[in-house]
Amino acid sequence: MKKSYIFGIIVIAAAIMMIVSTAGDASSYVTFNDAHDMAMDGNNTKIHVVGELKKSAEGEIIGLNPSDDKLSFTFLMVDENGIEQEVFYNEPMPADFKRSEQVVVIGSFQKETFVADKILMKCPSKYQEETVI
Amino acid sequence: MIHTTIGDIGHLFVIISFVTALISIFNFYKAEKSPLPEFQKGWLKNGQITFVLHGLAVFGIVTTLFTIISNHYYEYFYAWSHSSRALPVEYIISSFWEGQEGSFLLWTFWNVLLGFVILLTNKKWAPSVMVSFSVVQAFLASMILGVVIGDFKIGSSPFILLRDAMDAPIFNINPNYVPEDGTGLNPLLQNYWMVIHPPVLFLGYATTLIPFAYAIGGLWKKDFKGWVRPALPWALFSAAILGVGILMGGYWAYETLNFEGFWNWDPVENASLVPWLVLVASIHTMITYKKSETALKASIILVLSVFLMVLYATFMVRSGVLGETSVHSFTDLGLSGQLLLYLLSFLIISIVLAVVRWKHIPSTEKEVSTYSREFWIFMGATLLCLMGFQILLPTSIPVYNSIIQSFGGISNLAPPADQIEFYTKWQMWFAVGLAILSGTGQFFWWQKMKKSEVKESLLFPILITLLISALIIVLAGMSNIAYIILVIASVYTIVANAKIFFKIVKSNYKLSGGAIAHMGLGMMLLGILFSTGYSKTISLNKTGLLLTNSEEVEDNFNQENIPLFINDPQTMGEYTLTYRGRFYESHDGGYVKASYVEDTQDVNSKIVKREIKRDDEILKVGDTLKVYGANHYYKVDYLHADGDKFSLFPRAQINADMGGLISSPDIRRTLTKDLYTHVSSVPDPTQEIEWSEPKTMEVTFGEKFFLNDFVTVLEDVKRVEEIEGEKLKGDDLAVRATIKVYGDGEDYILNPYYLIRDNMAGRIPDENREIGVKINIENIKPESNTFTLSVRTTQKDYVILKALEKPLINLLWIGTFVLTFGFGMAIFRRYSEFYKMKRKGLE
Repeated sequence: MKKSYIFGIIVIAAAIMMIVSTAGDASSYVTFNDAHDMAMDGNNTKIHVVGELKKSAEGEIIGLNPSDDKLSFTFLMVDENGIEQEVFYNEPMPADFKRSEQVVVIGSFQKETFVADKILMKCPSKYQEETVI
Repeated sequence: MIHTTIGDIGHLFVIISFVTALISIFNFYKAEKSPLPEFQKGWLKNGQITFVLHGLAVFGIVTTLFTIISNHYYEYFYAWSHSSRALPVEYIISSFWEGQEGSFLLWTFWNVLLGFVILLTNKKWAPSVMVSFSVVQAFLASMILGVVIGDFKIGSSPFILLRDAMDAPIFNINPNYVPEDGTGLNPLLQNYWMVIHPPVLFLGYATTLIPFAYAIGGLWKKDFKGWVRPALPWALFSAAILGVGILMGGYWAYETLNFEGFWNWDPVENASLVPWLVLVASIHTMITYKKSETALKASIILVLSVFLMVLYATFMVRSGVLGETSVHSFTDLGLSGQLLLYLLSFLIISIVLAVVRWKHIPSTEKEVSTYSREFWIFMGATLLCLMGFQILLPTSIPVYNSIIQSFGGISNLAPPADQIEFYTKWQMWFAVGLAILSGTGQFFWWQKMKKSEVKESLLFPILITLLISALIIVLAGMSNIAYIILVIASVYTIVANAKIFFKIVKSNYKLSGGAIAHMGLGMMLLGILFSTGYSKTISLNKTGLLLTNSEEVEDNFNQENIPLFINDPQTMGEYTLTYRGRFYESHDGGYVKASYVEDTQDVNSKIVKREIKRDDEILKVGDTLKVYGANHYYKVDYLHADGDKFSLFPRAQINADMGGLISSPDIRRTLTKDLYTHVSSVPDPTQEIEWSEPKTMEVTFGEKFFLNDFVTVLEDVKRVEEIEGEKLKGDDLAVRATIKVYGDGEDYILNPYYLIRDNMAGRIPDENREIGVKINIENIKPESNTFTLSVRTTQKDYVILKALEKPLINLLWIGTFVLTFGFGMAIFRRYSEFYKMKRKGLE
């Protein structure tokens, strides 16, 4: 067999490995219920959950609880199916957190609390102004 | 008044630039295809004229848009949404390319300049190359065309009026309404890097067109070999510029944007890195081809792919497909269809042309020996491509989702949860491979080696490598096997290339570009390894253990931030940290304590409340001071165990439009490591404070008492004739108390007033936010010489701080310079080769 064939096979094998690894390590967008089921089954892969902060009828955010030393906080989040869940984040609260209209949490369940490793926020006027005055 | 004319002129220029680009395509096509030389000359002349006209139109667009922005014509949407009156000149310039339209214009502008250079320097290839240029220019012009036919929108014009862009009720009342001020450049982008990074990056993108255009020209003219020589110096130039542009972005992120590092594996960052990797691979195959006539097909494919990758990156970043997966993609302007058409057109042209010509492209059938330089270079190029492929796969996840969804499917694929870990586990081994190949490959390149000689010539560098690596490993106390391997590989490429450099530089220094560039690569790898792999959070909180209110979370979370209260020293590793308060940066340089000045209507001007001593002057009470009001600096004093003392001023911007606190680090740079600190949380200075219920206390002169845990003394009470510059009237009587609060290392003076006017008692309290105290004189009892003070307290000023150590990050920046310098040498060499051939009339 020619060397270039061997070389080609190695390259293709590497490419396939990369595809498999990407597919294997890719996270997914799920709901809290699915995430909870996964954790119950002993599956601790980190997943993405999209949702909003829980708000009262007057639009006040409820369930936001900074720790006493302000170094971490928990909050209530409502996912796209309307399921409410307590989320813990081991970092000081980002200043724009209360203004976010959509939150994506990346992490997994530990018992009954969802522990976020990372929080992505979508703020209303971050990049585009909506109105003149 | 609305200036409608200038926008119309701008729009006209856009249309002219689009039409002239289309005509140029035709002219240059004819110049290439005409059978007779005279006709060819004539058509080329026509092409030159139309392309120059096109260029002038583009300059016209740029000038018009810039005039609108710099004259603050906020009736224009673009000026209103990207600029404002308060911006200094350099940010007015950079607001030009903040939006999509402006950045397309920047790209178009570079293409025009590059097109002129091609027309001036290369007569033989000009027609075919300029066809590609003109097609690209037509596409880019169409992006800012702003023509609406029915429901169909072509391009988004930067010359659109605010009233046409927005449906605000004010325009129903007054269609000629012009906003007083624009909404300004995004405060995150108000940084000198915003002035310099985009132009460099877009020049990098623009230059990738040149090798592409040459390769297309080569295929088209069936001159399969000739295109390489003129394309190579441009490919090198492009790689240098694009590389510098990418690294500038990384440095910007590191220094100001607080990503805690220089590379975040964000899709937008990845999208610029992949073309660069492929570009560097293509340079290697082109060099091989020039030396030994192999790898021509590979060169063609790679050179074509680089530009296609740039188009793909453009599509991803600008079409809105990245959505929430990226922190810095553009907003969607509804151009995704047009962008896709742009990408697919060039993809199809490239594939069709390559397939049709494939059989005619010369190739060598001879088997490549493992001991040949071609083998090593080809391995290196393949590895670079695999690196790019591995990055591209997950970066494109949002694209897969939208493809599946456009066919009605459902896909909930998300990018890997821990991106850094995911990419590192592949890219680290690629880096090892790259370092080994670039060290060994260079040996095979410069000396044809037989099997028997290999051992001999590699033995010396390998020994040196092992020696140096052992030293590093021991000194750094490394135990991670993977890191150790990377250190050895990186040191190897530096040593091997250094040896080659010293050998070549004696005979012909012009040829040393490659060796220098590869040494730069080795240094960069070491810098990356140590600054990221051995980055250490040193702000570990050891104060309290109350971590979470939730009992469900059982893990003992390691807190990576420490709270610092004003003037209250805290130990952090080998340092003692003391937070000294919030500061402003004044326009004439230097920091001014925020509690020493008073706010005015204008955020940028403050009135001095307490005398401020500076090196060369004294600011008196009542003076006006110009500051950068949007930036708050938090002074933290550092005292190292060995006595080293310094202060850092991490910054936070409080901006409601941007949604709160934006934090930027301050970095203590030393030769061997950076100490990187930023605030994670601060009390919002723009928010009302909640004071405690008032507490009264009776004090006499000289008596010591506690105020919010601070020792306090009532120093004196004096009768005054004026209060804050205002003279008293008639029978008014006023006294001012001077209360001294002993903070650690700083004393605070509070001056509440007690006033009797028309037999009524008036009280003017004084407060200090830093120590969280507000004092009022409630009552004066002259008989016992006592004063009743009413005291309210609040949270003392604090910051929550994060600090990291980044060892040897300077190696990364130095390595970048060395790499770029190597590219520079190579450009010089390859251009002089091309120039010689041109002089002989062969190009």
